[in-house]
Amino acid sequence: MIHFEKFKLKNNLTVIVHNDTSTPLACMNILYDVGARDEDESKTGFAHLFEHLMFGGSIHIPNYDSPLQLVGGENNAFTTNDITNYHLTLPANNLETAFWLESDRMLSLAFTEKSLEVQRGVVIEEFKQRYLNQPYGDVWLNLRPLAYKKHPYRWPTIGKEISHIENATLADVKSFFKKFYSPSNAIMVVSGNVTTEQVKELSEKWFEPIPAGTKLKRELPPEPPQTEERKQTLYSDVPVDAIYKTYHMCARNDDDYYATDLISDILSRGNSSRLYLELIKNKQLFSEINAYVMGDIDKGLFCISGKLSEGVEMSKAENAIDTEIMKLQNELVNERELKKCTNKIEASLEFSELDILSKATNLAVFELLGDASNINRESEKYVKVTPHDLQRVAREILTPSNCSTLYYLKKQN
Amino acid sequence: MLDRTHAPAFNTIDSLKIEHAQSDQLENGIPVYCVNGGTQELVRIDFIFPAGTCFQPKTLVSSFALQMLENGTINYTEEEIAENLDFFGSYYSTRTDHEHSYITLFSLNKHLKNSLHYVTDIIKNASFPEKEFKLLMTNSKQDFIIESKKVSVLGRRRFFELLYGNTNPFGKIAKENDFDELKREELYQFYKENYNLANCTILVAGKLPNNLFEILNENFGNENIKKINQLNWPELKIQSTAQREHRVEKPDAIQNSIRIGRLIFNQQHPDYFKFNILNTILGGYFGSRLMSNIREDKGYTYGIGSGLVMNNYTGLFMIGTEVGSDVSDLALKEIYHEIEILQQEKVPLEELQIVKNYICGNLLRSIDGPFAVADNFLSIWKMEADYSFFDHKIKAILDCTPDDIQQLAQQYLQKNDLIEVVTGKIQ
Repeated sequence: MIHFEKFKLKNNLTVIVHNDTSTPLACMNILYDVGARDEDESKTGFAHLFEHLMFGGSIHIPNYDSPLQLVGGENNAFTTNDITNYHLTLPANNLETAFWLESDRMLSLAFTEKSLEVQRGVVIEEFKQRYLNQPYGDVWLNLRPLAYKKHPYRWPTIGKEISHIENATLADVKSFFKKFYSPSNAIMVVSGNVTTEQVKELSEKWFEPIPAGTKLKRELPPEPPQTEERKQTLYSDVPVDAIYKTYHMCARNDDDYYATDLISDILSRGNSSRLYLELIKNKQLFSEINAYVMGDIDKGLFCISGKLSEGVEMSKAENAIDTEIMKLQNELVNERELKKCTNKIEASLEFSELDILSKATNLAVFELLGDASNINRESEKYVKVTPHDLQRVAREILTPSNCSTLYYLKKQN
Repeated sequence: MLDRTHAPAFNTIDSLKIEHAQSDQLENGIPVYCVNGGTQELVRIDFIFPAGTCFQPKTLVSSFALQMLENGTINYTEEEIAENLDFFGSYYSTRTDHEHSYITLFSLNKHLKNSLHYVTDIIKNASFPEKEFKLLMTNSKQDFIIESKKVSVLGRRRFFELLYGNTNPFGKIAKENDFDELKREELYQFYKENYNLANCTILVAGKLPNNLFEILNENFGNENIKKINQLNWPELKIQSTAQREHRVEKPDAIQNSIRIGRLIFNQQHPDYFKFNILNTILGGYFGSRLMSNIREDKGYTYGIGSGLVMNNYTGLFMIGTEVGSDVSDLALKEIYHEIEILQQEKVPLEELQIVKNYICGNLLRSIDGPFAVADNFLSIWKMEADYSFFDHKIKAILDCTPDDIQQLAQQYLQKNDLIEVVTGKIQ
């Protein structure tokens, strides 16, 4: 159970406070309601590039990092297809420094050509390091456009291609900031050894003077239902053949999200899961295999991906996956197997409540999804799922016509 | 009017109140260290054995002996163990380092008794079944082959090999056919020799349940353990390369991996604390000289850093990065340039202050929560030091001057002493 208090400033900034006196630290997490899905399709990778620019100095403070390090703080940020999230931790008695730094960059950035030029270079190297110079690194660059035809989830956060990053201009940066980086479009969580009164006072002092901006109205093209099986084969310099299968699934706020997530757990969470026992241990078709949901806010993807054991034919491996899927569709999961998965989720939720940073980030995400207090209802939502729910969802989504498959094969010399 | 140009006043850390792990023991004398704290009804238990890579007779043995433990016992199959640990919502994990191996159980308190039953059996009665062994080796070999496609992995392996020499267990690098040649019996023998309860240390962290010792004694405290003599750490030979520059070709690479560094002292050395500050200035945090120049000014890389890898034999200092293959030589030049500046010019007081405060902030983060307090304890337990280590550390941080930093850079970072490995597309 995570206790918290919530209030809104006059400029619409939502503020959440979670008090935890067991730590000498405080954490500030600011979530901006903007991700790669909000990008123009000819300017992809921009939300993430912008995240880098947020560290290039703000209107009154030339350098973000040094003043934070000077007071013993540390920070980081990440961008997904849905959100851009910034977080820092620091000694609780230096909390005001966090307010000073974060409010100034919400007010305005410095917008220098030099910062843009350098961060373009950094992000291009990130593109190479994570997506191009690793075996299987470009899987999602290929798989997303196979699975999505309309919705902007069809490109990854790093962007479709390097040229989009190379072509970013300072004017693009400014208009992006104006559109998305405002109090109306942000959620702030302060957690740790802090009080609500203190956070309220500091929020009013540092954040309330910032102009409210306008709440983003999102009108993204919905992904039309998939009606035909899609397949793509890719040859690359990898040592082992791999298969990636995606199925369209419900949105994060849909009631069926929990059943879908549990199906992925039944298939591959832990060494007693079905895919591990059947396909890795008994049939020895795969050296590794996983099933997971992407967790996207809009209608997302359920994925199964695996690396084939040496000498195994792709068709045999794929048939074995299909057999496991049919088992889910034809036979009810027994109560003990389901209980095992919900027990595991209960434990992982408890463990995620150990540190103030993950609590702060999770509170912000749940508030974005509609209401921060839902963070305390997750466990019961999983427990409510029945074997019939699992069967129904498996029958609905794990069908060939809803599936996109990428065969990632080693190049023959 | 609010003045946004001036930073708010702040406090510095000049002392730390570090919560100590409590020392106790089971009925048969097995030492138990406890860190009681946290808000959730759960614990982490580490079972620590002196079974790290320094003991292994050949490559892969220490790590795979440990990985085999959960693959079946004389009482339960792998599947039964996994099924039950999963059912109780518990997490089981293992890791090895240079000296020790760690078997870790994460469990909700309400399931601790049931979960521990299986972990106890894993530790005491592992049977190393042949079928599971074969599968583990086959799949691990495949994983090894995939990893070998990465410039960062190739570079790191070569770097350790060059610094420690290929007769040293920290330097000897596994080859593909080592996975074929390893025998189940070799792992089982390593287990029998090195996982003796008489050498076990238990570390518990979390909100400790009242019946913790009752449960631990039931599982580990009842049998007599053979008292053995003081543990003998094996003597290891180090044979570093005499050549400074090394290249590993991977012609299709679009980024090169760079490793530069040397063997140095470990934490017991009087220069350790201040050298750690020098390391932080050079490459140990986001605002470091290397990050500021090579990422934030030149944009050559997504990240660059330096760090210290410590063990009880010696320590290792290493700079590491992946840079665009086309700017690899330029990046090398800038790295040595930053080292030279530290040797030739005194670090500004303002920058030194930032680094000191940043390190102190990290100290505070390192004692945040029971698991962090336990890890902190582990770091001094491993080097057989006591909590005064942290007092010395803070004192050294507060005392450190720009002269100290310059002198250490001159003494320990001479280019001739630094081994350089570039992996990727070599021009």
